[in-house]
Amino acid sequence: MLGLLASIVDGILVGTVYGMAAMGLTLIWGVMNVINLSHGALIVAGMFGLFLLSQAFGLSPYLSVVPMLVVGFVGGVALYWIAVHRTIGRPPLMSLLSTFAVNMMLIGLGTAIWGTSLFNVEVSLPGLSFGGYTFPGTHLMAAALTCVIAVLLYGFLQYTKPGKAIRAVSGNREAAELVGIPTRRVLAMAFGLGAALACVSGTLIATMFPFTVLAGSSYQLKSFVVTVLGGLGNPAGALLGGIALGLVEGLATPFMPVSWTSIIEFALFIVVLIAFPRGLFSFIFKRS
Amino acid sequence: MNRLFRFALAALLLAAPACFAVSAQAQNTIIIGFTVSQTGAMQVDSAAQVGGFELWRDDVNAAGGIKIGGKSYMVKFVTYDDQSQGARVQQLYTRLIVEDKADFLFSPYSSGLVATAAVISEQNGKVMITTGAAEGKTYTLGNKYLFQIYSPADLYLTGALDALKSKKADATIALVYSDDPFSKAAAAAARDQAGQRNLKIVLDESYPPDQTDFSAIINKIVSAKPDGLLGGGHYPDGATLARQLHDQKAGVKWVTLFVAPDSPQFSQLGDAALGVTVPSQWAPQVTYKPDFGPTPADFAKRFQAKYNIAPAYFAAGGYAGGLVLQHAIEQAGSLDPEKVTAALNKIDVTTMFGRTKFSTDPASHGLQVAHSVILSQWQKKDGDLAKQVIWPLSAATSPILYPLP
Repeated sequence: MLGLLASIVDGILVGTVYGMAAMGLTLIWGVMNVINLSHGALIVAGMFGLFLLSQAFGLSPYLSVVPMLVVGFVGGVALYWIAVHRTIGRPPLMSLLSTFAVNMMLIGLGTAIWGTSLFNVEVSLPGLSFGGYTFPGTHLMAAALTCVIAVLLYGFLQYTKPGKAIRAVSGNREAAELVGIPTRRVLAMAFGLGAALACVSGTLIATMFPFTVLAGSSYQLKSFVVTVLGGLGNPAGALLGGIALGLVEGLATPFMPVSWTSIIEFALFIVVLIAFPRGLFSFIFKRS
Repeated sequence: MNRLFRFALAALLLAAPACFAVSAQAQNTIIIGFTVSQTGAMQVDSAAQVGGFELWRDDVNAAGGIKIGGKSYMVKFVTYDDQSQGARVQQLYTRLIVEDKADFLFSPYSSGLVATAAVISEQNGKVMITTGAAEGKTYTLGNKYLFQIYSPADLYLTGALDALKSKKADATIALVYSDDPFSKAAAAAARDQAGQRNLKIVLDESYPPDQTDFSAIINKIVSAKPDGLLGGGHYPDGATLARQLHDQKAGVKWVTLFVAPDSPQFSQLGDAALGVTVPSQWAPQVTYKPDFGPTPADFAKRFQAKYNIAPAYFAAGGYAGGLVLQHAIEQAGSLDPEKVTAALNKIDVTTMFGRTKFSTDPASHGLQVAHSVILSQWQKKDGDLAKQVIWPLSAATSPILYPLP
């Protein structure tokens, strides 16, 4: 019984971080109808960013979160203007191909610099022990920081002018233009924000698990599943979707071989796509 | 004038082949082809194996090359990066044989990749010395030109089970291993052997080779409360599993992991490495007396001098592969694959790596039948982490550390 509880709690902890990874993807998708296939590469960028910052400056891994947010945002805005801007409003295949090409370039660059070997950032944080089971301190810290960032994001989108502009543009771009919102700049900002979230989730994942240049694809896949669970364009839904996915993983693993969890995850994906196409949580949060 | 001209031309034409013969003799080479995993999961171990190959090649060429029938042949390597992928191995070995005209082949590192390379080498009738591959199944598929240097996977955990049983006769075991051909073969054999020794298996699970999050499995290990954990895979997952076992305070009293703990890099794990045991094909402290080639200590010293790192068994296996091939070529007195194969089938020699003898039974041709597996453990000596041989007791350099601190 305790084992089941431990598994569920740990699943939720890690699921929150997957939720944050998905928040970036769903934000971009919801605002500009672009499926960002370079999402995985941005996550890996966050991981290697942490590696470089801790190697070069000996910076505490959790302090690196702030510079990675900034770097991710700036990189995202640049990426928007270079690869995404001209594909907005055009057939979806164009933005898919464009972001896919960016993904290939970034992964190729990463492989050329670092190869495909495993990298690890040592983060020692005392864990929480409970009847023989230990929750690693890194998992706890990552989940806590994710919640903080999620709250900040919510505050930004609900109460600040740029945040409201983003929500306006995602609701109806023409109407937003009509009321004088500079939609192109808002789209760039939204993409930058999505990229920043992806980057920071990579940084937090890197504090928990080792990584390679190619690790982004499995997290991108998980982000897709979580995005569908939470509903497109719904960042809060994405966080809850991540927690839900973590919960499912935690419930399943004590009863079956660990290699089966992917099967459960993707079966859930298909069920939700068929039965709840607007996400499990779309009825809680109305798109405004 | 015409007759003189024709006579001179004839003389020149007769003399020409002799000129070529002289220049060819100065450049007799034996081309050995193989792939290296310069990227991908097998990178760490493959690089070590190549270090062993290259040290052997340099030693042979410094001594004037391999001597056959009064002529000296220098050894030349042709290598490519297989990216730790079977599909690349398939393409590249075909290329090595057809385009680069390799005379002999070494294998890639890891049982999965070697199984793929073996298909190509057998199709083309090329002798391949396999190192870095312990899975036995490859040799049961009917082959004529494969020769395994490593002890087969079935033997990997025998020593670990015996060592654990010597400390706790009714120990319970968790088998947690990577889903790849080598680890599955070794774990399957361990399953049978644990049953024979009355050691109960309380957890038996495989994980995908690229797994990085072991927290779910570790929670299952804590729930099952085993005395010993046996398994792992190759370097990336083995090192990660060891680290996370320590971080999550799994409380297992005995840990045996394949491959990863034998790498000198494993010491970077610090306290997480302490007490971890590894079934090893070789250790620098072994005291084999070689029939030819350097002694284990001599090899270790020269490897350290050249690469600035102590050799693990991957490097020793690579070096031994070269030594054995060289010996067989010299015994055969020829580069003809059939003659070299016959020589390899006959050998029963001891090198710095240990005893080498190949099975000649068609049902298991090439399987290594004489080499033993030892068990090493990371222990602290004067505050520094170092690997000690702990099993078999006759070869031990230090007592068994149990339970894990």
